[in-house]
Amino acid sequence: MKYSVLEILRQGLTGNKGWQPLWRNPGPKPAYDVVIIGGGGHGLATAYYLAKTHGIRNIAVLEKGYIGGGNVGRNTTIVRADYGQKGNSAFYSHSLKLWQGLSAELNYNVMFSPRGLLELCHSDGQLEAYNRRANMIAAQGDQVEMLDRAGVQAYAPYLGFDSARFPIRGGLLQRTAGTARHDAVAWGYARAADRLGVDILQKCEVTGIDIANGKLQGVQTSRGVIRAKKLAICVAGRSSQVAGMAGMRLPIESHVLQAFVTEGLKPFINTVINFGVGHFYISQSDKGGLVFGGDLDGYNSYAQRGSLSQVEHVAEAGMSMIPALGKARLLRSWGGIMDMSMDGAPIIDKTHIKGLYFNGGWCYGGFKAIPASGSAYARLIATGSLPDYAAAYRLSRFESGQLINEEGTGAQPGLH
Amino acid sequence: MRITCPHCGARDSREFSYLGDAKTARDGDFASVYLRDNPAGAHTELWQHVMGCRAWLEVVRNTSTHEVLSIREAGK
Repeated sequence: MKYSVLEILRQGLTGNKGWQPLWRNPGPKPAYDVVIIGGGGHGLATAYYLAKTHGIRNIAVLEKGYIGGGNVGRNTTIVRADYGQKGNSAFYSHSLKLWQGLSAELNYNVMFSPRGLLELCHSDGQLEAYNRRANMIAAQGDQVEMLDRAGVQAYAPYLGFDSARFPIRGGLLQRTAGTARHDAVAWGYARAADRLGVDILQKCEVTGIDIANGKLQGVQTSRGVIRAKKLAICVAGRSSQVAGMAGMRLPIESHVLQAFVTEGLKPFINTVINFGVGHFYISQSDKGGLVFGGDLDGYNSYAQRGSLSQVEHVAEAGMSMIPALGKARLLRSWGGIMDMSMDGAPIIDKTHIKGLYFNGGWCYGGFKAIPASGSAYARLIATGSLPDYAAAYRLSRFESGQLINEEGTGAQPGLH
Repeated sequence: MRITCPHCGARDSREFSYLGDAKTARDGDFASVYLRDNPAGAHTELWQHVMGCRAWLEVVRNTSTHEVLSIREAGK
């Protein structure tokens, strides 16, 4: 069913009895051309672009839990294209362009809201660094502007301009960045892929990968054996375990990152604020809750919860930059598992096993990457080569030294 | 999370600095610098009690529950 104004009218006049579930709930077939492990944003987007752009329709997406129940539903929903490193900047620039047309592309409202992103600067050195970054962003054709202190004050008057420790000297503003509704992104891609014939198999956990003579045969799952010509790993938070089933060791550590939401408030935060020095970022959801997050707890974890000390740290960072935050009551907090790569940039590549592909290591930046990651991964699986905008995300770069280390912290994932 | 330092007793994890997998041989080759087992379960890792006695500790911790299974001074 295609969604349209006409359809709403028709359903309204017939008692709203004709609406269908967003996707079917099929059983697994014995074999597929492509099996994607992981029904998160990236996996579903990959299935969609494989079917839409490359005409491969015999596809299954295997999801251990339910659609929208993983990291795609646990993030702070920020979409931006403000990266400075070669390899990253072109990729996120392309992803932002895909976000702009995504609701129409999927025939599903992902509520992409380009409300802007403001990155705060507190010193001469930081202003210089952000000026340089703004020039790079502008040079690749994306919208960006630098604000001085008065400009920041006019744009976001609720910030703490009296801070002695972190005086606001200016900021980098990208007006085309913003937020999107994370659940709708998962549901929209799932529905669009399903409409093209992709089987979405929920509660289907992969328990083994069958390989013979260096060539992929299929997967063992909780719903039986499924044979596959090509197998695409795409499992944020479990990359090491799933790749381990194929005998691979990855340049990845899994860490916990906590996020928070307050009770619903009247419109207050008009944009996305990134207080990078305190590693604090915040936006306000359409429902009114202030959604914010901080830094990694800093130790390996699969627990989906973090330490109270990090809760305190995030609250302190938030209060130091937005003093009025102290009036809001916290509704809930949660932890997500980040597969942190050794240089802070993701991996999209073939593996040494014929027919096995890997996509992962998105650190805490996977949400904004969903459209470009899906389209690049689909192209790799269908044609064997990555598009230019994702060509730097090779698994071999750690060995060849062509790292993309945005933070400059070396092979210490807890510090990215 | 609390870590029981053999010298200082049970202390808040904030007093400690985390380095990572203790089993990684730090001899500078590609695999030891970049590749990790990254287990979901028992993980042997190095922590330093930077705000206490400054000893390096080898901690075995369950990464799925954060339960500390054993602690000893590293290299001893």
